[in-house]
Amino acid sequence: MLDNELRTMIDEVKDGRMDRRGFIQRMIALGLTAPMATQILAIGGVAMAQTSTAYPPTKRGGGGPLKLLWWQGPTLLNPHFATGTKDQDASRIFYEPLASWDVEGHLNPILAAEIPSIQNGGLAADAKSVTWKLKPGVKWHDGKPFTADDVVFNWEYATDKATAAVSTGSYGDATVEKIDDLTVRILFKTPTPFWANAFVGGYGCIIPKHLFADYKGAKSREAPNNLKPVGTGPYKFVEFKPGDLIRGEINPDYHMANRPYFDTIELKGGGDAVSAARAIIQTGEYDYAWNMQVEDEVLLRLEKGGKGKTIYAVGGDIEFIAVNFTDPNTEVDGERSSMKTKHPILSDPKVRKALSLLVDRDAVQKVIYGRAGRTTANYLNGPAPFVSKNTSWEFSVEKAGKLLDEAGWKPGADGIREKDGKKLKLLYQTSTNGPRQKTQAIVKQACQKAGIDVELKSVVASVFFSSDVANTDTYSKFYADIEMFQIPMTQPDPALQMRRYHSRYVATKENKWQGQNFPRWVNKDYDAAVDAAENEIDPVKRAALYIKCNDLMWQDTVMIPVMHRIKVGASSNSMRPVMSGWANDLDNLQDWYREATG
Amino acid sequence: MGQYVLRRLLIAVPSLLGISLVLYTVLALAPGDPFGELSTNPNVPPEVAAALRASFGLDDPIYLRYLHWLVAMAHGDWGFSFVSRMNVDSLILQRLPTTLYVIGSAQLLALSVAIPVGVYAATKPYSIFDQIANTLAFIGFSLPTFFTGLLFILVFSVKLDWLPFVYTTDVKGTGIHWALEQLRQAIMPVMVLGLFQAASMTRFVRSAMLDVIRLDYVTTARAKGLGQTRVIVKHVMRNAMIPVVTLIALQMPAVFGGAIVTEQIFRIPGIGSLLISSILSNDTPVVMAVTFVFACLVVFFNLIADVLYGWLDPRISLR
Repeated sequence: MLDNELRTMIDEVKDGRMDRRGFIQRMIALGLTAPMATQILAIGGVAMAQTSTAYPPTKRGGGGPLKLLWWQGPTLLNPHFATGTKDQDASRIFYEPLASWDVEGHLNPILAAEIPSIQNGGLAADAKSVTWKLKPGVKWHDGKPFTADDVVFNWEYATDKATAAVSTGSYGDATVEKIDDLTVRILFKTPTPFWANAFVGGYGCIIPKHLFADYKGAKSREAPNNLKPVGTGPYKFVEFKPGDLIRGEINPDYHMANRPYFDTIELKGGGDAVSAARAIIQTGEYDYAWNMQVEDEVLLRLEKGGKGKTIYAVGGDIEFIAVNFTDPNTEVDGERSSMKTKHPILSDPKVRKALSLLVDRDAVQKVIYGRAGRTTANYLNGPAPFVSKNTSWEFSVEKAGKLLDEAGWKPGADGIREKDGKKLKLLYQTSTNGPRQKTQAIVKQACQKAGIDVELKSVVASVFFSSDVANTDTYSKFYADIEMFQIPMTQPDPALQMRRYHSRYVATKENKWQGQNFPRWVNKDYDAAVDAAENEIDPVKRAALYIKCNDLMWQDTVMIPVMHRIKVGASSNSMRPVMSGWANDLDNLQDWYREATG
Repeated sequence: MGQYVLRRLLIAVPSLLGISLVLYTVLALAPGDPFGELSTNPNVPPEVAAALRASFGLDDPIYLRYLHWLVAMAHGDWGFSFVSRMNVDSLILQRLPTTLYVIGSAQLLALSVAIPVGVYAATKPYSIFDQIANTLAFIGFSLPTFFTGLLFILVFSVKLDWLPFVYTTDVKGTGIHWALEQLRQAIMPVMVLGLFQAASMTRFVRSAMLDVIRLDYVTTARAKGLGQTRVIVKHVMRNAMIPVVTLIALQMPAVFGGAIVTEQIFRIPGIGSLLISSILSNDTPVVMAVTFVFACLVVFFNLIADVLYGWLDPRISLR
């Protein structure tokens, strides 16, 4: 899109010559849709519309019980300790952030009075500070007022190393200061185009200073309120049994009109995804279940004449096969997959291209993911303005064979290709998980046809994703030729997603394999583009830079995208949950209701 | 007798120490940690997981960790769970009632089926009743609980819609309604577990009875003109029950340990499901505590079984 044209349009919106809806529609026509369009307007100086989702209930409560079924039971209720989504969800019932991401990926103010923008003075023109105005009159469940002190305290609490909080990453090197009782300012050291990380979404939930102030740092585990949350949320705490059950009751003083709809809430944990689907869709024992990692075929069968249905939310989660650029079988200075080596087979771009031609994404979608997946050529699949249209993919054993021929890998007597007496043999690892093992089988079959011998390996998830330095089976050590897993996109911005493949973050022994660039791919153009994007305030230029990053990865075949995964939940027919691909399932819990006619 | 028990208890100490050492070493050597989900979350820098590992002492050498654990345990401090950051003892105590209720009922059901059926079958060996009981017992213990569990769910929950298949500790209502609801949701898991146990126990009771029923003193009792019921109950059963009692005593630890598979299928928040979810998330302190408690119970009930044996059968002297 032409820069000038966009600027003119933004000015038109500012002057009122074009309405916001018209602007967003024009953007959609140009391939730049909702989530970023709003941020473009915000940075361009137009106040964000307060998103108003249709919410018919006209009074608070009266909706009876809300019964949720999570097949992994939440184990703790402090959002700063939430290791998994399940714990973030559990905390979110009682605690709230300043704002959450709504269905379209817009910011929806929760504890904030308004979303900061340049027009309302919330955003600094140099993108180095954000000022949040807090909603007045909000009360904690124990009646104490919610103020700026609480917000500042959360930043102090999370960034204190001794607290061992997992939310510390969302603050980066920002500092937070109180302006007055209802205003806080976040100051960034460098221009930060994506400012909505701290205090937003799952890790942005705010805990009360008056109950946690004595338990900051090393004593954080002893806080009695870790297990008895006192928040600002739509439901008040009643009971918690780790790994099993959470109960809450309506908060009669909730700060949003007519909300919440339900009188009580119950979140039951444990079991498995298939029987959770059954309890919602077939027997109707429960109202909603998250994360339906169940084969589509099974879901379709359950949905026939059932009491519920599956619902979907598109985000940016990507399942991919990563290619190792270093040699996993040679040890240099006590380290395999060392940067001092080159992969004997996969350092040849033709072989990597051939591999990408051998991943039958259509088959994977059809057989495994169904409605829960979309085929894609891109690593970066959202929000829309960041999605590249310059890429393509295809499945062709023939073309792959030709590429391998060109690369000098000739078919041997046993059908396996060889070059200089070496067999074309690859080790393909992933975590243990039904759909992943099936995908492995599909890829292996195609590779066999093309004369590549693929050895499959699966590692238990808690080992594969562990940060144990002594463990050799982790994805970050990558002692295999190719590996497959999913990286979720937790917010509608690609900065964190793309930063990890900067050459500065290569996983090595030196950084205890904490580097996030596990393919150990080094590309100067990519580094330059990421560096430029991180400080680029102009949203259009910034989007262009991230698209370039994606295209570079595609050209070099660093990642072979397998599936753009879509969030799946199961809901009873009368429930109206609000689910966003950019947020956790319960991030907009206050807006859930039940349709009167089931 | 008192001396015997004391001696056994003293022997138990080193064996429990040995068990704890082996358990701890195996758990510590297993790779993985509870922070897997953090590693792919782009919002969480990898340093966070590493700092968590360090703060939970996961990077210390194994012998140090074991000593820390042992000293703490000796002081009654069971440690805290890595995933819920809550004390392990309260976590276990929270789940004990449910396990006792469900598994205990299942054991009672098993006994109340196995003893009458086994005894009656043994009094008329190779009769029609015996044949049917035997066949059913064979089927019963050949079908694994995960299979019968799913079958029950399909039939009674999905098709007939009679019973709920998600067990909840939060039963609505009070008084009789509450009790009925508790009963209703426990029917399927108790049946699945109880019938499985009953099947193998029936065979055991039957063969124990058959061993005794052929003995001379039974013939003598009959010759004295005693009635069939009196002979069976007073003379045969009393002696045949000695091995059965031992078996039951040895099964008691399982009542506390829960049933992993059944608890998982019906979402029963018992010790078994705590154990399996802790193992899956590498929550070492919880796994350690549960397995160690289990080991203690096994040792303790073995002792009880031995003492009971001596009491039931005076021919066996305990020294």
